Order: sequence, then structure tokens, then C-alpha cells
Amino acid sequence: MIDFTEEQIQRYSRHILLKDVGVEGQEKIMQAKVLVVGAGGLGAPVSLYLAAAGIGTIGIVDADVVDISNLQRQVIHFTKDVGRSKVESAKEKIQAINPDVKVNTYYEFLDSSNAFDIIKEYDFIVDGTDNFPVKFLINDACVMAGKPFSHGGILRFNGQTFTHLPGTACYRCMFKEPPPVGAVPTCSQAGVLGAIAGMLGTIQATETLKYFTGIGELLTNRLLSFDAKTMQFRTIAVKQRETCAICGKNPTIHNLIDYEQAACDLKNH
Amino acid sequence: MAKITVNGEVQEVSLPLSLTELIKQNDVQQSDMVSVQVNDDFVDRTEWDSLQIKEGDSVDFLYFMGGGSL
Repeated sequence: MIDFTEEQIQRYSRHILLKDVGVEGQEKIMQAKVLVVGAGGLGAPVSLYLAAAGIGTIGIVDADVVDISNLQRQVIHFTKDVGRSKVESAKEKIQAINPDVKVNTYYEFLDSSNAFDIIKEYDFIVDGTDNFPVKFLINDACVMAGKPFSHGGILRFNGQTFTHLPGTACYRCMFKEPPPVGAVPTCSQAGVLGAIAGMLGTIQATETLKYFTGIGELLTNRLLSFDAKTMQFRTIAVKQRETCAICGKNPTIHNLIDYEQAACDLKNH
Repeated sequence: MAKITVNGEVQEVSLPLSLTELIKQNDVQQSDMVSVQVNDDFVDRTEWDSLQIKEGDSVDFLYFMGGGSL
């Protein structure tokens, strides 16, 4: 049992008032440990909302520094932060919003050498990355370690997300392997409407809070996608694939894979 | 003509029609970027040519979306 201070009761009063959250739910939120991979377009709203909600520990992984082209959508970073590491910039804002939150920063890329070590400290992982190699890595590491995670992807005017719990469909059930290098544009090559990141990131933050409080039905075995041009949201039922190479009956992947990254990036042209 | 559902919307198509042909008809720009479910089951890329669409089939295209951070 956490003893709430008077200030905490006030701070979280709008959660506590919710019948589905209450003091018990808020306590679960405050004991939760969440890892956010990528302090960018998705990681920014996810981290801000999770911090505001009072998540006990937030880990942030990102090897990048803030670039001025990030500010159009990565709302956790300010103009003054250009040139600073994204993890430090994010940590400062999280603690300014809510000093109760413990923040762990990982100023490095997530890869096969560190993924298990970092992930094992957390109860729930949020994929806010911008490339397929790491999306597959997060999927595989979480499936192998039995960790739940929220997947997120955005492109141009579209977003897609699902939530994985052990025993439900994983990213590889839907997409067997990364597309060929160069076949798929990422945001840095194709562009993205900044507010889309907020739309998708807040869905991921909501799923995270639902996971810890047990509210409603998570986006498991369903892929939610939306097109902001028409504002149509669609949920497609997806099943765990028996032949899935990582979560199927006879997995063929036993080690984490570092897939090749698409080499081109707008910043380098 | 046969009625099928593609991404939640009803389409009329003429049979015979393979999944590969249906994908082309639906202007999927890069087939590398799409994963396909027919009647809630994923269909391996290697089976797209041989899978024949039937009346009442429900087909979903799931697109790769890679952005988020940078």
C-alpha cells in the first residue's frame, strides 16, 4: 500500500475519481515500470502522458541528439534542446511535469547485445522507434522474455498500433520479416504530419495505463490503423500465426537479430 | 462477378482471380510493403499466385509502417 500524500491525492484526483481506476488503480500506475524505446515522435507524447499519470519508473532509450527537424512533432524537446541528447532532454521535461517519476536514461541504440538486459527491468515496453530492425528486435526480445509491449508506427498521414501480451499475436505474426532495405520509407524519408505522432502516441500511452489498471480490452489480436486524411479508424482482427518464427509452435528464431538498417536518411542528403 | 470485401469495403470482382491479381487491382504500390490476410488468415507471399479468390472472401492488406522516432 502506498501512502498518498495530500499533494498526490490532488495531483491524481481525476484518475482517482474514475471508478475504473480509483486509489487502487493509481497505486498500480505508481508502481509500474515502463520502458519507452525512442524519445521521438511517439516516445514524446507517450513519456509526457505516462509521466503526468504518475508511472513510477520510466526508462528511455535513444542514441540520438535533438535536431531542429525533430521539433515539428517531438513535443518533449524544445528549441533550446537542439544538440542535446534526447534522453537528457526528455528526462528534464518528465521531471518538470512530475518529480515523483524515476527516470532511467539509456543513451545508446537498442540492439541484440543490450536488449534483454534493458528490457528485463521493466513491466511493459513501448515501441516508439522509427525503423524496422529495431521494431523486430523489440518484438523478438519481448516475446522471448515474456514481456508485454505496445507497437506503434506512423507514416505520412497514417498510424498503426497493437498491444502484445504473451500468448497473443506478435509483430512477426503479421509481418514475417522486415521489408527489403530501401523498399520502405521511414518518416525521415517520406515525411509525417506532426500531430499524427500525438494521435498514435496517446493511444499507446492509453494502452499502457489500461494494462496496469486492467481496464477494458487491450488492443491484443487486433491491429488498429487510422488514416488522418479521412479520419477513418479501422481495427483488423489478427490471429497468432501457428507458423510464426518467434511465437509459433516451432519457433525457428532463438537469438536476437540485428537486421540491416536502411542507409538513406534525409539528414545525410 | 463475385462480391468480396477488401479492407472492410465491398468490391465486385470477376473470377477467376488470384490474390496477386487482386493486389494489383487494388493499386498496392509496393507489394514488399504489404502483408495480406484472407478470411482472417495470413497468406504467405509464396502462395499469392496460387490462391484463388472466392465469392464472399474477406481480404485485408496490412501495410508496414516504420516511422516514429527520427
